Formats: sequence, C-alpha cells, structure tokens
Amino acid sequence: MLKLEARQNQSRLWTVGSPLLAVLLTAILGILLFLSLGKNAMQGIQIFFWEPISSGYRVGELLVRATPLLLIALGLAVCFHSNIWNIGAEGQFIIGAIAASGVALMAGPNTSRWIVLAVILAGMVGGMLWAAIPALLRDKFNASEILVSLMLVYVAAMFLNYLVFGPWKDPEGFNFPQSKTFSTATQIPILFSGLRVNLGIIVALAGGLGLWVFLFRTRLGFAQQVAGIAPAAARYAGFSSRKALWLALLVSGATAGMAGAFEVAGPIAQLTPTLPAGYGFAAIIVAFVGRLHPVGMVFSSLLMSMFYIGGELAQTKLGVPNSIGGVFQGLLLFSLLTCDTLIMYRIRVVPALRKPRGT
Amino acid sequence: MMEQYALLVAATLNAGTVLAIAALGLLINEKAGIVNLGAEGMMLCAAIAGFAAVVHTGANWAGFVAGAAAGGLLAALFGLLVIWLNTNQYATGLALSLFGAGFSAFVGISYANAKLPERHMFAIPGLADIPLVGTALFRQHPMVYFAIALMGGLVWFLYRSRAGLILRSVGESPESAHALGYNVRAIRLAAVVGGGALCGVAGAYISIIYTPLWVEGMVAGKGWIALALTTFAMWRPLRVLLGAYLFGGVTMLQFHLQGRGVQLPNEFLNMLSYIATIVVLTAISRNPAWIRLNMPSSLGKPFFPGA
Repeated sequence: MLKLEARQNQSRLWTVGSPLLAVLLTAILGILLFLSLGKNAMQGIQIFFWEPISSGYRVGELLVRATPLLLIALGLAVCFHSNIWNIGAEGQFIIGAIAASGVALMAGPNTSRWIVLAVILAGMVGGMLWAAIPALLRDKFNASEILVSLMLVYVAAMFLNYLVFGPWKDPEGFNFPQSKTFSTATQIPILFSGLRVNLGIIVALAGGLGLWVFLFRTRLGFAQQVAGIAPAAARYAGFSSRKALWLALLVSGATAGMAGAFEVAGPIAQLTPTLPAGYGFAAIIVAFVGRLHPVGMVFSSLLMSMFYIGGELAQTKLGVPNSIGGVFQGLLLFSLLTCDTLIMYRIRVVPALRKPRGT
Repeated sequence: MMEQYALLVAATLNAGTVLAIAALGLLINEKAGIVNLGAEGMMLCAAIAGFAAVVHTGANWAGFVAGAAAGGLLAALFGLLVIWLNTNQYATGLALSLFGAGFSAFVGISYANAKLPERHMFAIPGLADIPLVGTALFRQHPMVYFAIALMGGLVWFLYRSRAGLILRSVGESPESAHALGYNVRAIRLAAVVGGGALCGVAGAYISIIYTPLWVEGMVAGKGWIALALTTFAMWRPLRVLLGAYLFGGVTMLQFHLQGRGVQLPNEFLNMLSYIATIVVLTAISRNPAWIRLNMPSSLGKPFFPGA
C-alpha cells in the first residue's frame, strides 16, 4: 500500500523535477489519446514535440505565439506570488488590443513611425484599466477577484464584437466583421525579414529579466512574495496587503494589455473577433508550469506555444480537430498539479494494516 | 400583453433552472468545504456528453444520465487530486475548467451540425390550461420542477438529516469530524462527485433542452455565475434557487428588451448577466462579517489527516 508522508522541507529536486515529469506524463497521456483515436501515436508525438522546432520558419511561428504567453505569464506570476487570483488576463488582453487599435486606426499615411510607442502604451493602459476593476472591487468591497476578473472576460469579448460588427467595421471589408488594416507606420517592427516574430519577444524577455530583479532583488518584490506565502507575517512586517493587491493586478493588466497590443498591431494588423485565442487562459498554465520563475516561464511559454502549433499541424496532418492542443494544455496543468505533490510529500510503501477482527 | 409576461416568466424559470441545478450541486461540495472552480469545464463536457447521448439514442433521459456521469467523473478526478494529493483547490478547479473547455471542443467538432430529435411540448394536464398561470408555470420541462424539488430535498438533507449534519461538520471543522471517527476524505469525495453530477445535469440541460444544439463554449460562463450564486445566496438552498431565477430573469430581460425594440446594440444587452453578477457579488461581499458568519469555516482549506 502506498502512503503519502509529509516532508520536513520542500523538496528542491522535485520543485524542478515536477514540471519535467509533468511534461513526460502529458506526452504519455497524449500517446494514449492518439491511440484511442486510432491515429499513429508516434507521428502525433512528433507533430507536437518535434515539428514545431523543425525549421527556421516554424521556430519563428513558435516565438510569435510564445510572445503573448510569456508576457501575460510574467504579470500573472506577480499576482500568483502574492496569492491574487487574476484569471481574467484574457479580458485585459482584449481591452489592451482594443485600446491599441484605437490609436493605430488614427494613423494616416504620413504618421511617424514613433506612433508604435503610443500603440503599445495604449495597450498597457487599456489592460491596466480593465484589471483595476477587480482590484477596486476587491479593495473597497471585498469582492472575489476570481469571479470579477473572469466575468469581465465575457464583457470585454462582447465589447470587441460590438466594435468590429459596428462602429469600427471596415466599410470596404466586404461586410466582414473586422476593422481596417492598420497603416504600416503603426505595425510593430519585425525582427527578421520573412518571419512574423516581432519586437514583442525582445520586450517579453527583457520583462523576464525585470521580473527576476523585481522579485529577488527589491524590497517591494520581497514584500509581494511574503504577502502570498504568509499574510500574517506580511502584516507584522508592515507590508501593505492593499498595495500588493493593486500592484499585482495593475502589473498583470499592463503586461496582458501590452501582449494584446503586440498581437493586434503585429501578426494580425487589424482588429478581428477571432483575436482572443485563449492566450490569457493558457498563460495561467505557463505561469504554473514555469514555477512562477522568469527562467522557467520562458521554457513553459515555448512548450505551450508548441501545443498551439502542434494542434494546428495535427489538424492538417492527422485530421484531428486543432482543439486537441487545448486538451494537451489542460492535461499538462493536471499532470503538473499531480506531480507537485512530490514537493511536499514523499511516497512511502507501507504494509497494509490488518483490520482488527470484528470491525 | 399579459400573455407576453406569462411567457417571460416561463422563460425566466427555464433559464434559471440551469443555474439553479448547477449552483445547488456546487452548494453541496461547498458545504463539505470544497470549492470547485471547474464548474464551467464540467458543464461543457456534460453538455457535449449529453448531446451526443441524445443524438445516438434519441432519448432525453439518456442525455441527462450521460451528462451526470461526465460531470461526476470529472469531479471525481478533481476530488482525488484535491482531497488525497492536497493540490490547491483553486488551481485544480481552474485546470478542470481549462481542460473541459478544450476537451469538449475537441469531442464536439463532430457534433457541430447534428440535430436532436423533434421535441414535444410539455404540459401538466389540467393545470397547463389555466389562462396565464398555466402558460407561465405549468408548461415546463420536468427538469424545471426537478430543480425546485432538489432545493426542497437539500434543505431537508442539510438541516434535518443526520447525514447532512455530518456533511456540514466536515465543511465546518474537518478535524472534529475526523476525531469523531468520520471518514472526512470519503465524505468530501462523495460531496464533490454529487456536486459534479448535478453540474453535469445542468450542462446537459443547456445542450438538450435550453439551446438545443451543440456550440463550442456554449455554457458561456454559466458555471462561473453558478459559483458566484452560492456566495450571493450565503450558502442557503432556497436563496440559491431564488437567486438563480433572478439571474434567469436578467438573461431573459435582454431578449425581452430586444423584442420591444430597445435601441441598444445586442452586444451590450448580452453583457447584462455578467455585469449583474459583478454588481450583485460586490453588493453582497461588502460586509465581510456577514460572509464569515455564513460561509462554511473550512471552505477551500485542505485537510490532511495526521498519522
């Protein structure tokens, strides 16, 4: 019989080992899933774990999708470190994209290239404002930020629909629900010609460095972590929990909004109702699998990006719906949570107890 | 004119039923101390499971059974992780919601254009023919009455039966329940599975009766609204039911307003139920003492029985 036994201290080995084991477990579950569908399992695994990195172009696409995932996850890490459950990053992403589009649509043919900065800034401000709503309602009225931020995702998505079906619809767009294509001046600079990777990935990596400095080298970042691990200790040390709440939500709103700006003024270059691709939700998984650590999240954002691309490849090559990528993402988080048990507990084999007679 | 209002009441009861069944289910596991943020995912999987079952068998009851089974099964998985492996309840529930969204979309692709067999109208003989009242109250699907009976049954179970008392004690003080010799983990698992099965019935109701078709993401936040409802209702069954009808009414109000030619874009009317959820949640939560007084004391806290 197996028994869980609490460890004296957290296992450092399993803190790092658990995500790796979780990836392995996800791959095994994936093989079983492919087999149950009667597909070639080895090909399926290859599509998810090898093909997305098999050519320069594909690596570029991998980075295109990793950019919003990493950016959003960096902000969410600040939230989760301080035990603030912002699960509405998707909504902050949408509002950021809308605000960025608002600026981008104002540009004409003679607009200076510097408008890009205004586009990005508008995205950040939009995301922050949207995240400020759950912060305010939690701060002043004690309303659960989980439910408020999540409800606001639906509100944001409907507002996006209103704009693209209504006032922002391109009059020359053959009645498609989409805005005009942004003028080239507003588009985020591309890094390599021929690829769609843009400046966003550099900003995201720099943001990772910034997060590392903030969390591990500043007093404010330390306060943020204490607020999450031991609220009582944080109070005793004079760290304000209200400040932690606002900081966490505003930072994560800003990064999600910025991700929206990079997306809408980057690879897509117009506002469409299909813009929200679930990055805001997937980034929650990125943050957890990356252990809320900047370095870990760089890797986990690439992994989650592989699942997006793998899903699309699986659709064309294996004829399975591309939502299989979403199934893999969900399985990864489940696997991780399961494996994380090893951090706090060790598994002991104990002889089964013989039941006393008569019971 | 009066006839129109009778129809509005009928539609409100219909819409409220989804929320009521799901929220009463979630109430059971919250009374045992477990928050399951996976409601949305369970309802989505149950919606497709129920829909598929009806497509293949042609029987609505098979759809509800399939929905309950899907919800119960996912809840059991959640329960095993949360109760035995002590994973974080919020994170695990979130994982269930994300997984459920992906998995239901994946399975549902092949049912996107499927049609359900012809529906027949429901009517309680005699009562349904009463003018207005009959239209408003007595021409509903049996599940609408099931939701009311479920509420009554839960009131009896939680506050009048011994088993209900034990269930509540597990949610208030698992240590005491454990010391008294009750198997806290088994009781919590049973509550979680029961709650999941009811979420499953609610999900199946959406795809079989309420909307009747399958669309990706069709639960559209109703699982989350149901979670909010348990808080609105201060964890009391009757208030959960009334709250569900209130929100059903808000949903129907948007269609009613559209029908009456209110000059507001549809998208804004569609926001109503989400904004209403935020507003009511904010109004209720502003008094923390009130919440503390009514919330099961060990809600969301893990319980790990010592050696």
